[in-house]
Amino acid sequence: MSAFCEGALFSVLPMGGIIFDIKRFSVHDGPGIRTTVFFKGCPLRCQWCHNPESQRVRRELMVWRERCIGCGACVSLCEQGVAVPDRVRGEGCILCGQCVDGCYAEARQMVGREMSVQEVMAEVERDIAFYDESGGGVTFSGGEPLLQPTFLYALLQACQAKEIHTAVDTCGWADWAVLDCVRPHVDLFLYDLKLIDEVAHRRWTGRSNDRILDNLRRLSAFGQRIILRVAIVPTINDDAQSVRQIGSFAAKLPGLERVDLLPYHRAGAEKYTRLARDFSLPGIRPPTKEKMAEIARVFTALGLQVKVGG
Amino acid sequence: MAMTERVARLRQQSLDAVPSISAERARLMTEFYQQSQGLCSAPVRRAWAFRYLLEHKAIYIGEGELIVGEKGNVPKATPTYPELCCHSLADLEILHSRGKIPFAVSPETRQLYADVVIPFWRGRSMRDLIFDEMADGWKAAYEAGVFTEFMEQRSPGHTVLDDKIYYMGLLDFQQKIDASLAGLDYLNDPEAYAKQEQLKAMRVAAGALIRFAKRHAEGARELARQEKDPQRKRELEKIAAVCSRVPVHAPRGFWEALQYYWFVHLGVTIELNPWDAFCPGRLDQHLYPFYERGLADGTLTRDYAEELLQCLWIKFNNQPAPPKVGVTAAESSTYTDFAQINTGGLRADGSDGVNPVTYLLLDVIEEMRLLQPSSSVQVSKKSPDRFLKRAARIIRTGFGQPAIFNADLIVQELIRQGKSVADARNGGSSGCVEVGAFGKENYNLTGYFNMPKVLEITLHNGVDPRTGRQLGLETGDPRQFASFADLFGAFVRQLNYFIEIKVRGNNVIERLYARYMPAPFLSLMIDDCIARGKDYHDGGARYNTTYIQGVGLGTVTDALTAIKYHVFDRRALSMDELLAALQGDFAGHERMRQMLLNRTPRYGNDDDYADAVMQAVFEAYYQAVDGRPNTKGGTYHVNLLPTTVHIYFGSVTGATPDGRRGGAPLSEGVSPVQGADRKGPTAVIRSVAKMDHARTGGTLLNQKFTPALLQDEDGLDKLAQLVRTYFKLDGHHVQFNVVDAATLRAAKENPERYRDLIVRVAGYSDYFCNLGEALQDEIIARTEHESF
Repeated sequence: MSAFCEGALFSVLPMGGIIFDIKRFSVHDGPGIRTTVFFKGCPLRCQWCHNPESQRVRRELMVWRERCIGCGACVSLCEQGVAVPDRVRGEGCILCGQCVDGCYAEARQMVGREMSVQEVMAEVERDIAFYDESGGGVTFSGGEPLLQPTFLYALLQACQAKEIHTAVDTCGWADWAVLDCVRPHVDLFLYDLKLIDEVAHRRWTGRSNDRILDNLRRLSAFGQRIILRVAIVPTINDDAQSVRQIGSFAAKLPGLERVDLLPYHRAGAEKYTRLARDFSLPGIRPPTKEKMAEIARVFTALGLQVKVGG
Repeated sequence: MAMTERVARLRQQSLDAVPSISAERARLMTEFYQQSQGLCSAPVRRAWAFRYLLEHKAIYIGEGELIVGEKGNVPKATPTYPELCCHSLADLEILHSRGKIPFAVSPETRQLYADVVIPFWRGRSMRDLIFDEMADGWKAAYEAGVFTEFMEQRSPGHTVLDDKIYYMGLLDFQQKIDASLAGLDYLNDPEAYAKQEQLKAMRVAAGALIRFAKRHAEGARELARQEKDPQRKRELEKIAAVCSRVPVHAPRGFWEALQYYWFVHLGVTIELNPWDAFCPGRLDQHLYPFYERGLADGTLTRDYAEELLQCLWIKFNNQPAPPKVGVTAAESSTYTDFAQINTGGLRADGSDGVNPVTYLLLDVIEEMRLLQPSSSVQVSKKSPDRFLKRAARIIRTGFGQPAIFNADLIVQELIRQGKSVADARNGGSSGCVEVGAFGKENYNLTGYFNMPKVLEITLHNGVDPRTGRQLGLETGDPRQFASFADLFGAFVRQLNYFIEIKVRGNNVIERLYARYMPAPFLSLMIDDCIARGKDYHDGGARYNTTYIQGVGLGTVTDALTAIKYHVFDRRALSMDELLAALQGDFAGHERMRQMLLNRTPRYGNDDDYADAVMQAVFEAYYQAVDGRPNTKGGTYHVNLLPTTVHIYFGSVTGATPDGRRGGAPLSEGVSPVQGADRKGPTAVIRSVAKMDHARTGGTLLNQKFTPALLQDEDGLDKLAQLVRTYFKLDGHHVQFNVVDAATLRAAKENPERYRDLIVRVAGYSDYFCNLGEALQDEIIARTEHESF
């Protein structure tokens, strides 16, 4: 472990983090039957993001209008006097969560909750029998797990102590020092790659891809097990040039295990409404099967292992 | 292999045939009893009645058939059993015109019933006798829907055949009978005469089936004489030869083995209408020697074996379950008669039972895609993965078959009940999920037991709120209970009270069947009836088990948990408020209902708080039932399965503290309440596995998946891994309901009931009900386009 790891970053005893979901019987985020732990908060703002509730670190209110039974509990419980049954947040809401606690119909839900390492592990350990049978384990996803490095590090260590296979699903936007610390405790990286063109990347995700590409090269050079995950978003990265660029980049990574091509889907569109946010890409349709096959062929031709779908 | 033209035609004919009532058996049975007025022992009279039926019923040999014999005069013509249940004209009209599970009843049949059958049998059937003999408390509980009674329209008979017919002809059976007769000790055994009569009856019954087969041989020979097509002529001659050989003698080849079984099946189900009809059980084990020998000596090919099996499958499908009316129709609303062909499992020596015929049977199951016979795979830790995956590929096609059983646990269950290791390994599952020592056990299911209803009665101090009648004990006003333990104690007392009413009724009914309605033919087939000289209904079987099937485990668990959590632990709700809301079916209390539904730890989420309540309920039910003696020298055990009774039981049970509205269905089997499980299948499996399945005689777990989740090899692997893990945790059975678009549409309409439905969205899976409307529609559309 580098001095850095033992120093500033991890000197404070880790304790907890903010999680927005723990999904058991997760079967598309790494090998076998897994439990996926979703960290809240992401440095990128990909405009096609299907988990918009994962982007901000702080908790958020989500409202499922169709579940509202009109009992009015949210209004009467709100000490700020700002809760409105069919609106996400009134002006002056302090996210105290009173309205959520009183919403028995679960029309109002708080996304994100503080959890300790022990709490997360208690949930993760429940399915050990399934991991053992299937060669599964736990996947830390998000949001961006590397954005809560001490929490992630502690969880990875806890998993390793229990011999639970670990995967980290990351966008790669982090300090190398952080990645370098967690790296030895990660059995498999699911590394997301969106675009090689820096300008386009900045435009669609809000960040440059410099360190993403750099980190990926370095991880690969260390011989980490990596599966590259590329969401194919029509009009954004499904053109021949973008595909070729990603392919060429991937082909240069030594020991890359596989490329998963994930067809863009609109499952997240309604979440934006529930969060009272605008979805900036309403017009994009999922890519066709033929298109996915065509893109897969490009990757295959470069000598890469490819799988369509996660 | 693709279906041959013959099989495709016979299969279509079976699918197209409209179930109807055949009056033939009722007519013959009435004629026989009208003519048979003198004194004679009950078993001998029943044997004569059986002989009369088989001597006079019409013989049906259909165009192109290879396996022959029908219960009625044509496919799906369904006989009635007026000596057990004499249908009224009103019953016949209901059967004819009801929307679900109808049977066409012709004017001639109605006339015959009006003129002959009803005047003779009304007031004299077993059903009349049973209702006459039941105590008032039994009748009140039965009418309230606390339990049902399997024997009110059908005879006991839940059993499955072993391998004896594959090495013994009926002449061999008769020799065994003669030996048993010769050994009777008239000097010291006061039952010697009774045994003599029973053995005589069994001898007559064996002869009756021999004669029945001969009539088929004669019929086939006659058809062969007239047949112009040389190939069909040869087939008919072969049928004649087969029916001359079996069941008189042991079968020599594959075809003879199947036809022998089918004659026995007809014999058992024509003699009486036993629940959960008879089936060949471990068919792959039984047929394997014939299959191997046939391939070796060139008398059989895999394709021909498959075609013969397909013909047998069609025969099963041609026989709807006996027509049911009233509560029996409600509790088992289906045409299926629950013949469940087992595949895989273990052999008597403990080795893996999967063999080439196993895979052949799985091919037949997939190609035939018929309601009957039902099928199962018996998975042991020794079973190869490819066997489980082959089954998963069939499950993926979405017709709910085959069900998957834990062969190792079944052995453990049977041994715990006192079976020998070899008998346990030769056993398996039958009916829905019930275990048995095949060929050696009378394991009779006697009725479903409504656990949530018992809680409802407990919450009303012994009164059924639907009728205001005092049905149960006065266990106290629940408003006065100081703790959950008080409430649970009262529930357990009521549970025992009603179980005792049921057991007392059962023990009378068992005697009524033993005395008035022996089954000499069925007795031939089950060890040790011949050796003991005792009827199947009278303790002749080597093992005698009586089951009472617990229903609504999920509902009663969640209801009790809700009270424990909200009333006693959190004190967020008073018992008085809760009872008032239940009384009014939650009218004006929607917020409370949502709290009960969504803010209560619920069974099926791997939540120890709720699961501990489930364990306590299971323990209480187990203690109330298990180990009581029955009247056949055996004992009572529990199992947990519903068929369709959870709908009926729900309809007679008011609102429950889990937020369920009055009249809504109860949970089924050991599955969580519909929609209560929100953490996915691994959490369900963990919850369900906290029950000690080894102490049951069968539990039923349903899981739903969409076809897309299982579309690739990876999905099949995951399914297999789920199953293996469940079995490692000692689960008994699981079936996967691969849902179609119609179910998805229903889920969209009633999300509350389908909160557990998982769909594959794109590169990931999610709960269907958590998806937005547009996406739901997209998935529905996609599912519709996925061909099976």
